[in-house]
Amino acid sequence: MRVHVDPSKCQGHNRCYALAPELFDVDDLGNAFELNDGVVPAGLEDKARLALANCPEFAISIEE
Amino acid sequence: MSETVYGPVTDWATDFDHGSPAYAANQHKIWDDLKSSGCPIAHTDRYGGTWLPLTHEMVHEIAYDTDHFSSEGPVVGQLKPSEVPDRIGAPIGPVPPISSDPPFHAEARRLLLPAFAPKMIDPWREEVVAICNELIDNMGTADHIDAALQYSQHIPVMVIARMLGLPVEDGDKFRGWVNLVLSGIGEERTEARMAQFEEFNAYLAFHVNDHIENPRDDLISFLLNAEIFGEKLSLEHTVGTVILLLIAGIDTTWSGIGSSLWHLAGNSVDRRRLVENPDMIPAAVEEFLRAYAPVTMARVVKEDMEFHGVEMKKEDWVLLPFPAANRDDNQFADAHIVQIDREANRHAAFGLGIHRCLGSNLARLEMNVAIEVFLKRFPDFSLDSSEVVTWSTGQVRGPRALPFVINARA
Ligand code: HEM
Ligand code: SF4
Repeated sequence: MRVHVDPSKCQGHNRCYALAPELFDVDDLGNAFELNDGVVPAGLEDKARLALANCPEFAISIEE
Repeated sequence: MSETVYGPVTDWATDFDHGSPAYAANQHKIWDDLKSSGCPIAHTDRYGGTWLPLTHEMVHEIAYDTDHFSSEGPVVGQLKPSEVPDRIGAPIGPVPPISSDPPFHAEARRLLLPAFAPKMIDPWREEVVAICNELIDNMGTADHIDAALQYSQHIPVMVIARMLGLPVEDGDKFRGWVNLVLSGIGEERTEARMAQFEEFNAYLAFHVNDHIENPRDDLISFLLNAEIFGEKLSLEHTVGTVILLLIAGIDTTWSGIGSSLWHLAGNSVDRRRLVENPDMIPAAVEEFLRAYAPVTMARVVKEDMEFHGVEMKKEDWVLLPFPAANRDDNQFADAHIVQIDREANRHAAFGLGIHRCLGSNLARLEMNVAIEVFLKRFPDFSLDSSEVVTWSTGQVRGPRALPFVINARA
């Protein structure tokens, strides 16, 4: 599984970073980006889905 | 509480008044009734013409459509932005970046973003914990307390005063000015009110000048050093942004903390769950933000246009009721039920699109800490039925009197 933050949609609500800091980080402006090229380590798939379901801007996508 | 200058509402679909006490008291029912009667967007002639869209889809669409909807007037008033004397117009507006439109908005916002990113805000946690504990210590051993007057209203003021570098003991003044700007929208423009605005401006000019002469490590000095388009900010821009940071963070967060505590006072099952499992507090805070979202914003229509079948006129106000969007069944399962362990929660309490609340990391920190500390110190409390809970009116909604009985303390 891979996650991706669309930087043109992300407004820095930081929900993804709060819910899944293993998968997302934020830059100095508070905008999010995916860690590890977006590759989701085994066992963290639910966290990736949780982040997607909590992003108010619909900025996160998942490739299964 | 009195009606606004416009008098009582006759019909919520065609004559609503979002500044009236009746709206503050019954807004959930008003939205539900409007939607079930087939009216997803209400109108009123009050305030010179105002629209109230109620679905998540419409609120999202307007928030994103900065070509047709301007942020020049984020708070509805009796005067249209163009009617306000000496007003700084679009795309800058009087209080950047909340009153700014693209392309200026992005620049005014970018210079502030680093100061409010998680890495700058997280270190404030200990200080917020100390403030909350101190407020509870000050309550002594009383069994009857007011959680709004003695607790929630003080937390954001004490935090933002310290961040900006303003005297913490001026908290009462700040709250008075916030009330002037946000709650008094339907009141008459008396000389006394205008004099209060002048006093506010003079106070800020004094403190900004003091920071010019004696720079220190705080947000006002940070703003004085900040640059936009390669130049220092103008004095108006600096003062406008200080006003915004004071106003935007105070009664919003006070409302968020107050509504959460109000919910927990009336729902002992939820309260016990959080006392026993404090690690559930962050998810519960998100649900309180969804269900009791404190903030409704406004936009100004740029040119006559059609929107979902209605004719909007140039300079009409359009409200962005994020609280109504958060209760839309098409976006949230069982939207009318408060579920503190809700998993999928894309709520819009902090707005949508380019104006996403700049202080959201700070607001979340304050709400989480305030609830954590309150539950730790008062594991059992309930509403004091001999007194009344009162709610603010206007675009920011939250409890202003919160009489509690403390049943257990730790
Ligand atoms: C629970 C508390 C809060 C809520 C619900 C809230 C809500 C909002 C909302 C809905 C907006 C969007 C405005 C729009 O679309 O026009 C906004 C913007 C803003 N908020 Fe907050 N806010 C809160 C706390 C704070 C705090 C603590 C601060 C900072 C000290 C703050 C500073 C701002 C600023 C500067 C903006 C303007 C951002 C821009 O226009 O780019 N807010 N807030
Ligand atoms: S939750 Fe969405 S908008 Fe917020 S930081 Fe993450 S990707 Fe960006």
